[in-house]
Amino acid sequence: MVKCKCILKWAFIGLILAFIYFPILFLTVNSFNESDHIQNWTGFGFDHYAYFFSFENEPIRVVLQTLLLAVIVAFLSTVFGTFGAIGIFYSKKRTSSMLTAVNRIPVINADVVTAISFALLVSFLNIDKSTYIPLVLGQTLLCAPFVVLSIIPKLRQMDNNLYEAALDLGATPKKALFSVIIPQILPGIVSGFLLSITLSLDDYVIAAYTKPDSFTTISTHIYGLDKNNILGAKIKAAYWAFTAIIFFIIVLVVIVSNVVTYKKARSKKR
Amino acid sequence: MTKTKPKLHFSRKLLAIPYALFLAVFVVVPLLIVVYYAFTSDDGKFTFEYVRVFFDKNGNGLKGFLTSYNFKTIMRSLFISFMSTIVCLLIAYPVAYIIANCKLKNKSTLLLLFIVPMWVNFVLRINALKELFVWLGTYNKSDAWNIVNTIIGMVYDFLPFMILPIYTTIIKIDKSYLEAAKDLGATPAKAFVKVTLPLSKAGIVSGISMVFLPSMTNYVVSNYLSFRNVKIIGKLIDDYFTGDLWHDGSFISLILLLFMFLVTWLTGGFDEDEQTNTRGASLW
Repeated sequence: MVKCKCILKWAFIGLILAFIYFPILFLTVNSFNESDHIQNWTGFGFDHYAYFFSFENEPIRVVLQTLLLAVIVAFLSTVFGTFGAIGIFYSKKRTSSMLTAVNRIPVINADVVTAISFALLVSFLNIDKSTYIPLVLGQTLLCAPFVVLSIIPKLRQMDNNLYEAALDLGATPKKALFSVIIPQILPGIVSGFLLSITLSLDDYVIAAYTKPDSFTTISTHIYGLDKNNILGAKIKAAYWAFTAIIFFIIVLVVIVSNVVTYKKARSKKR
Repeated sequence: MTKTKPKLHFSRKLLAIPYALFLAVFVVVPLLIVVYYAFTSDDGKFTFEYVRVFFDKNGNGLKGFLTSYNFKTIMRSLFISFMSTIVCLLIAYPVAYIIANCKLKNKSTLLLLFIVPMWVNFVLRINALKELFVWLGTYNKSDAWNIVNTIIGMVYDFLPFMILPIYTTIIKIDKSYLEAAKDLGATPAKAFVKVTLPLSKAGIVSGISMVFLPSMTNYVVSNYLSFRNVKIIGKLIDDYFTGDLWHDGSFISLILLLFMFLVTWLTGGFDEDEQTNTRGASLW
């Protein structure tokens, strides 16, 4: 009876994992297809990889510029978010809860509304989109609240006496902030940074409304492709290769994480 | 929580000011602009014209509204969103429960398996799903299939946002409560309903708030998976703005904002401290 239940459990987990991974696996397999169209398999080859890795073609450049944008946005969001979180946490109760509430708006709000309201502001202030300022600020606005949310729990866990001790021992508040508080909440800062990178990489709507015409991110590039034209189909196929590469990285990370936890468990036993 | 805050905190408190300004300028002001556009005409005069156009375009009153394109779109979005949220919950809860309660040492790796596909860009992921539907022959087969495919896409995209918060609440549940329930004679099923379920409510609520609104508005998913045949609110807003109909678009955004406040209010308010949030703040 117990065994039967157990099998059922893992069958369910397996089924959901299959649902999650099958589409990605499907693209991965097709990234080795010589044809640019998924529906007809013409033979095994690395054409799409060659196309993807050639700097004459768009995809690799788009991937790199999207990554660069993500790093810049994540950096800004982390700086804003970290100081914002510390500020919010140590403010008076009323200020703190009001700021927390406003901070939650971009988190819960529909992306479209965040994007168009920000785009309206941009047009209101007459900021030129080709300066990249709207794009970077728009995505920072999307990410910074998440950084705040990932840091506040760490601040809550922190021992407040440490900061006071630092002040008593003669540290200036600034010094105490940088050498006591920041190191204590570092895990939160790091996870906020990584989360910002993922959010920025994944964002479509804000980029679509705020990016300069000459610039594309991975999302806007793929969304705008016309796969009925030959070049569009080729570029799309090159992105299958990109998907496959990410997929292999995922497999690697999962294996490494598994090995690490396994080793940790073993060394604990000793 | 009862820790007393230090009195000497002038430098830290001041740090809130730049961020408060940031939020005011980039979150609050844009929303006010949306309100402004929804209720003014091109020459900046106050008007209810766009409210009228939205509710009563052809002057047929309520009957006209109930058969209007806008109303149908909103109802369709709500349906898709409800279905996606329910399906997500029905999948995510058991998954989170099984992982949290399994006896494996590497629970985190198992959880990672569910989260890590998010590293593939979401447009690419949806594209993968579309190619799969084409291959399976269900792509753009009929209107019903278009809706079903859209819902599958939303579930596919937002599932991790449901799994994570539920997992974080279940893993925190003190096992001694369950033992106590067992000692007092509760069956496992009863113990689940009386102990685990109520204690994981925060995670469920947080997951719902992460899935409900996005699956009403993420038009990339619906466009891709229905051959642009399924229109949802997000697309409606996008169409208005790309068609330079800012005032109409703003009014519909306002309706969405209303939905947002409704969802937030129903799911426990803005100032809740112990949010088990978010789109994966505990992801890393």
